[in-house]
Amino acid sequence: MATQHSRSAARMMMAPAVILLLGWMLVPLTMTLFFSFKKYLPLRGDSVANGLDWVGFENYVRFVGSSSFWPSIQATLVIVGGVLVITVVLGILLALLLDRPMWGQGIVRILVISPFFVMPTVSGLVWKNMFMDPINGLLAHLYKFFGAEPVQWLSQASLESIIMIVSWQWLPFATLILLTAIQSLDSEQLEAAEMDGAPVIKRFWHIILPHMSRAITVVILIQTIFLLSIFAEIFVTTAGAFGTKTLTYLIFQRVLESQNVGLGSAGGVYAIILANIVAIFLMRIVGKNLD
Amino acid sequence: MARAVTTKQKIMFTAAAWSIGLLIFFPILWTVLTSFKTEAQAINDPPLFLFFDWTLENYSVVQERSNYMKFLWNSVIIAGGSTLLGIIIAIPAAWSMAFTPSRRTKDILLWMLSTKMLPAVGVLYPIYLLFIELGLLDSRFGLVMVLMLINLPIIVWMLYTYFREIPGEILEAARMDGASLKEEILYVLTPMALPGIASTVLLNIILAWNEAFWTLNLTAANAAPLTAFIASYSSPEGLFFAKLSAASTMAIAPILILGWFSQKQLVRGLTFGAVK
Repeated sequence: MATQHSRSAARMMMAPAVILLLGWMLVPLTMTLFFSFKKYLPLRGDSVANGLDWVGFENYVRFVGSSSFWPSIQATLVIVGGVLVITVVLGILLALLLDRPMWGQGIVRILVISPFFVMPTVSGLVWKNMFMDPINGLLAHLYKFFGAEPVQWLSQASLESIIMIVSWQWLPFATLILLTAIQSLDSEQLEAAEMDGAPVIKRFWHIILPHMSRAITVVILIQTIFLLSIFAEIFVTTAGAFGTKTLTYLIFQRVLESQNVGLGSAGGVYAIILANIVAIFLMRIVGKNLD
Repeated sequence: MARAVTTKQKIMFTAAAWSIGLLIFFPILWTVLTSFKTEAQAINDPPLFLFFDWTLENYSVVQERSNYMKFLWNSVIIAGGSTLLGIIIAIPAAWSMAFTPSRRTKDILLWMLSTKMLPAVGVLYPIYLLFIELGLLDSRFGLVMVLMLINLPIIVWMLYTYFREIPGEILEAARMDGASLKEEILYVLTPMALPGIASTVLLNIILAWNEAFWTLNLTAANAAPLTAFIASYSSPEGLFFAKLSAASTMAIAPILILGWFSQKQLVRGLTFGAVK
């Protein structure tokens, strides 16, 4: 058992990490909250040193009232939703396949997991140019080969393109987590069902899927948190044009491009609230697993 | 795994899995192949797969033009530095959580993980402003600090799960033998937990290497790592597919190989133990 001495030592040992993270969380968060109630246009000479005008909830109202707000929410939901559906459905199928006996399983796993390690700027630009370029891209060649008109991916099917790129990056993650879950399934139960003559679909629906349900929930929650803040993939492909301006991207533009800090900060507060709603569910599941 | 599978079925599974695996891997393969073509061959119609004049020209051009080594060095410093610093801060914290847990340990751990969920864009301007005020904008030190902080929760969490697998009695025995706290952590715990620490380091280097929000927004010419180097190819001039491919290959190759070794840690580190 821990002595009094080691208990206080333990607190000391934890202090640096706790203090740093507390500072990292509280200082910028307080500043964002503060700015969100102020008129703050650095390019017009506003600065913290000269004092900022208090504008109450005006930034919050104006952020929601701007013509780009609802389209940005829509773009965010379409991208997050699209990627989730693709990665979870394909992830389940792929995990089921990879769980089967085969030759070279280790190598296939490496092939499947690889996109996850590609930095977002690389995957954005490689897809944009070498695959989605309407003249020289591989997809254009493929379309022409089948006698179809090549698609102007990033302008005519911009959201679909972003969804494709991001799904490619996140499918490995979903597959790997779901495969881990499948492999922990007690195979005796499956064998018993097989002996009883339960068809594949029924076995999947009544045994495998319920067993995977928690892993699926975790994949959805974690991916949602990361997907809500995708940035680089849009930055290097469409730069927010053609309806791909997500909430994250809109706030980025407000804050750094048009330097309307008050307005952008109000948007930031909305984004934080949105992320926290998802985080609460995730933390509950994580908390349950900590003894 | 005792289920009987006929050879025919096994051939089918193998064929299906390999086809899908290669399809998923194909964009990476295509990038690597294109990096060895000339610019004209890179946009040849029909596309050339293997039969072209292999050349290393693009690699030397990219190196000369954009001083690739500087970006690489920045990436190494930022990813390596933030991970090292994070480990040094996290080891004592994870030690105390794993071996002298209190009633609040669980809450502190959960709170730490929850800071990871703060959307970066929500605090973009404050960090930007603080960086200007502190003279950290476009500095490697500033990025090391930021990336250390955003990954610290994952480092603490992973070390905690690894430390918990080590029997506390061994540490207690060392204490009985008169080892000080510092000695206990440095000479008893750390060597035993080395495989876990190594995995944690690996995963965090990968995460920091690929981080592309803060590295794009807080750097310009001096401290820009490879993520920013590649982003500079988003406004192309003339033919550039082969050069883009060479630059991309150089940016992802080291981390891809590290990544292959860290598959298992990925599950542990990124699901916070919710999937076992």
